[in-house]
Amino acid sequence: MSAPGLGGEFALIGMAESAVGIVPDKSPRELCVQVTLDALKDAGLTLAEVDGLITCNAFAEPIMYHAEAVAEYIGWQPRHCVTVNTGGGTTFMALNMAAAAIQAGMAETIVVAMADSLRSFMTRDQAMVVQSSSGHPHYEQPYGPTVPAYYALIARAHMNQFGTTEAQFAEAAVSCRAWASQHPRAQMRDLISVEDVMNSRAIADPLKVLDCSLVSDGGAAVVITRKDRAKDGPHKPVTLLGYGEGHSYEHISQAKDLTTSAAVQSGRAAYAEAGLTPDDIDLLQLYDCFTPALLMQIEDLGFCGKGEGGAWLASGISRPGGSKPMNTHGGMLSYCHPGNPGAMFGLTEAITQMRGDAGERQLPNMRTTLCHAQGGIMSSHATIILGVED
Amino acid sequence: MAKPVPRPTPTEQPFYDACAAGKLVLQRCQTCGHTLFYPRTHCDACQSDQLVWEDASGAGIIASYTVVRRGVSADFEAPYVIALIDLAEGPRMMSQIIDADPDALAVGLSVKVDFAAWSEDITLPVFRLHPALDVGDA
Repeated sequence: MSAPGLGGEFALIGMAESAVGIVPDKSPRELCVQVTLDALKDAGLTLAEVDGLITCNAFAEPIMYHAEAVAEYIGWQPRHCVTVNTGGGTTFMALNMAAAAIQAGMAETIVVAMADSLRSFMTRDQAMVVQSSSGHPHYEQPYGPTVPAYYALIARAHMNQFGTTEAQFAEAAVSCRAWASQHPRAQMRDLISVEDVMNSRAIADPLKVLDCSLVSDGGAAVVITRKDRAKDGPHKPVTLLGYGEGHSYEHISQAKDLTTSAAVQSGRAAYAEAGLTPDDIDLLQLYDCFTPALLMQIEDLGFCGKGEGGAWLASGISRPGGSKPMNTHGGMLSYCHPGNPGAMFGLTEAITQMRGDAGERQLPNMRTTLCHAQGGIMSSHATIILGVED
Repeated sequence: MAKPVPRPTPTEQPFYDACAAGKLVLQRCQTCGHTLFYPRTHCDACQSDQLVWEDASGAGIIASYTVVRRGVSADFEAPYVIALIDLAEGPRMMSQIIDADPDALAVGLSVKVDFAAWSEDITLPVFRLHPALDVGDA
């Protein structure tokens, strides 16, 4: 079944990233303000030419009316202003909401901006809130699960069902780091091997610390408008070709299937709207909060058969020089992961690659990118497919 | 700080009352026959509100597990085992497997419920490996 038809009509015309990694000199709100203004500048627009703002909240600086607070900070009264919260999936759901809002006449051009500072601005109490943000307060949290432990349950089930190995999970981290080593701003740039991952500190068996994404500060923003308004900007517009969502549960203990996620549904809808198949995708920008999540997305989004994700990763196909490049910025495993904004950097990297601005790590003949984000414990999924015209 | 402790709603109270008495109970839907967990006001198979509490056997098998090496807080002394248990009656439950050698754990092994005090007022179900239930199952 095809999605309701926003695909092909909207384009990303501006983008910006803050410094990422350890950024102690700016609060999350200040980072969000900075990337909002920088993305507009990148699009060649002034505040007066933009009438919408969508943000997500920050764990390190929660604000009741977050988007309004960011707008107020710079003396802006956008016509459409809203804060979105669907965890790690927020990024692309916000993007789709922006397209829908423009379609509905609620705004003409919208900035989607997100930032958080999990590394430098968290109090101990806030860190506990993050740790317990997933997990049922009565039927999961009392037993002491950590966020890595939830993903470890998924990893163990996948190993048991398909024979996936710990070394195959490790390949995901090795691939992301190989790309990060080519990115001057990545938080972690030293090359690692499968052995390095396997020998890193045990967190929740079978996951080691190098199977887990980073804890970072950072923000990013994009500017979206109708495609026919996008022609006059300074950069080649990147078109939103397809979008899909999938929602299967909130709590992992309620999952009907531990090893197949609702990325199947979100991917199917996005491919249908774009009129493309996995074979048509030049670049994969997936949500690598933990290595097993990445492996399952590769399967569920159709880049290999179910249960074949481990072999796919071990083949090296996703690394520099491989035929299915993935997370060319280094992903949340190696570039940065400031929480809910994490997937924004998968998106800004996709735009950078599609503009041809990726420098040392630039891919040839870039036409299509699939970006995926998920919230909760593989609970809530959003897939977008982007295209660029020659 | 202490371990997180549930604050049961009136709907959930019978579950915790049973735990305190050393019994595992589950809701069963009188409309469609589905047995469910966690406790709810409406059946998650047919949305009926005709739910009654029934005694459960306390037997289950390990659907997945992890040995947590770095505890969520100082109140949880690592290592400890978090598991998803498929109960004999159908529903899946997150719990801890206690007093188990991590190397002896595997997906598919049988477990049996036990109970542990989490606070003065709240007792929770936990599980132990139960090899006797695995005999003849091969």
